[in-house]
Amino acid sequence: MAEIAPVTYDSKIEGNVVFTQLDAAMNWMRKNSLWPMPMGLACCAIELMASASARFDIARFGSEVMRFSPRQSDVMIVAGTVTYKMALAVKRIWDQMPEPKWCIAMGACASSGGMYRSYSVLQGIDHLIPVDIYISGCPPRPEALIEGLLRLQRKIEKEPALYNQKKALFEDMAG
Amino acid sequence: MSHSPKAAISALESQFKILSKVEFRGETTLSVEPGAIADICLFCRDSLGFNFLTDLSGLDHFGEDPRFEVAYELYNMERGEWLRLKTRVSEDLPEIHSVTSVWPTADWHEREAFDMYGIRFTGHPDLRRILMWEGYPFHPLRKDFPLGGKPSEMPDVAFSAAAPLEGGPFVTVPSTATTKDREPRARG
Repeated sequence: MAEIAPVTYDSKIEGNVVFTQLDAAMNWMRKNSLWPMPMGLACCAIELMASASARFDIARFGSEVMRFSPRQSDVMIVAGTVTYKMALAVKRIWDQMPEPKWCIAMGACASSGGMYRSYSVLQGIDHLIPVDIYISGCPPRPEALIEGLLRLQRKIEKEPALYNQKKALFEDMAG
Repeated sequence: MSHSPKAAISALESQFKILSKVEFRGETTLSVEPGAIADICLFCRDSLGFNFLTDLSGLDHFGEDPRFEVAYELYNMERGEWLRLKTRVSEDLPEIHSVTSVWPTADWHEREAFDMYGIRFTGHPDLRRILMWEGYPFHPLRKDFPLGGKPSEMPDVAFSAAAPLEGGPFVTVPSTATTKDREPRARG
């Protein structure tokens, strides 16, 4: 029978203290719990669902909590064709998401209108909301979505998190 | 096998003014006066047993007068009979009486025809746009409306911009040529 090690004082890391920058710590927490707001508008949503299920398992990267409430989500994944009529709803939901927030345009339609060059389709969601990551494909495979998510994580790593959060405060301090 | 309702057609011909009758592969199309459409539809439902409106659609015969046409696809569920009614409305006054009181399913079909062609259905309970957003200034399925759309602007509500077609529209050419020659591509 294996011996259970007693909980003892760890002299090597005194009090489990880790030194880091506040920015790095905040970014580390943010990037590893990106809760998506699934904006499934067309067939891309099927691949989005596949990414969440067991075979691809987006939970490995901290994005398992699909929030159908914009108030509890961090990244909006626009998956599908954005018609002008739906674009108003997408914008309203985006406006309700709390900062910090990011946007992934998943697939050809959300990125550029795709094959729908017509009067009814918004030619890319970036006409309305700022997009961080574009994913090509029609629809993209779940691996592509996960790649996009990892790239977003790498982007978040480099953000001046504290400055963005307290921008007004820093600007006041600067005079 | 013919699903043409012979008895129903002769009953309609004796009761109403039929402008033309076309038979094609067992399907009958009757052209009727636009003013009488509500009465004809009510007669079709109550006396001839056409208890299901399969479809109601608008058509645009651009360059002809009267320009617009409304087509009604009727079905008799007991006897398995089909009947198509067509009626023309002019561009100057694109109005026709609604048939929502006869078949409630006509509600959304008429809203679609109104949205896409601008045909107004009088007596409709809620004639709003159904596919485009409320306040959109055009009727996009009209033949003189470009596929890519037109720019429109409603401050704080919505906008639309012309889609870049880059040599398009990319549509298949209907012919017996090979797939390579028929495929959608930019054609000079």
